[in-house]
Amino acid sequence: MRPGLLAAVLNYPSPTCAFRLSAGGINRGFVISGPMKLDKPTKRTMLVDSNTAAIEEPRKWLLSQLQQLDYGDDDVFAVHLAFQEAFYNAIRHGSEMNSKKKVKIECLIASDRIEILMTDTGGGFDPDVVPDCRIGENLYKTEGRGLLLMRSYMDIVEFNEIGNSVHMVRYRHESNSSSSHIQR
Amino acid sequence: MAQMSPRITVSYADQATIVTFTDEKILEEKDVRELEQALASLIEQADGIALVLDFSNVQFMSSAVLGLLIKVSKRVYEHEGRLALCAIGPKIYEIFKITRLTKIFDIYKDVDTAIERLAEPEQ
Repeated sequence: MRPGLLAAVLNYPSPTCAFRLSAGGINRGFVISGPMKLDKPTKRTMLVDSNTAAIEEPRKWLLSQLQQLDYGDDDVFAVHLAFQEAFYNAIRHGSEMNSKKKVKIECLIASDRIEILMTDTGGGFDPDVVPDCRIGENLYKTEGRGLLLMRSYMDIVEFNEIGNSVHMVRYRHESNSSSSHIQR
Repeated sequence: MAQMSPRITVSYADQATIVTFTDEKILEEKDVRELEQALASLIEQADGIALVLDFSNVQFMSSAVLGLLIKVSKRVYEHEGRLALCAIGPKIYEIFKITRLTKIFDIYKDVDTAIERLAEPEQ
């Protein structure tokens, strides 16, 4: 998948097509299971209010699409989490919790990947200068982990130039439910 | 076992207060706020609480819950208490690992182990 392909597929206005890969945009190795299929993807654009309850319907729709395409638990969990975190960032930082402001959510669900493009009406931010929440005193902060989680669970996370639009892609992974789980 | 709110049940064993999250998904800010209030009220009832947070029902949560846990831990330590998390499923545990919160929380495999450890003298 090339940056901006979703935008092209969705015929998204050109200013937000100018994505650049943010540092660490592709974070981890992943395995694509089976051959890449070329089924026609499902696309949907939603305009939602900037409040946490407004995400419920888009969230249910997204999860039902993943279920229909038989995505595994790990994929569903990852996309669900990134979707939730991106929306929370959009309404908190982009819309500044003004529920009258809208967030535009565009989804492309294909058999081999899920793409989400989320755009708020805020002034944006520079994702490369967000403090690392895993270091020093930041570890004790009550916020600032959403971007790290988005980058950790999605294969591509990239922002447009001003930083008010995030494009995320997750390819279908092989199930890795038996990942390390160490508790004392 | 007392149902404190739609979000948690509270039980007591061996000096420990065990809070079990009853929801499978903890997502909305409203839910997190409710949890924060319920937990704050428990912590402030008496100094020195030995608080066990049982995640056995939780299948999904957002980073807002991590923020809540940081707040809860600060409040517990301000009241000279101790805090343990337990029964965190693999997917949720991965979130703790990615954010390195495994370094600041004591996490145990089940409620019994957490109670046992909280009963031990602090090192």
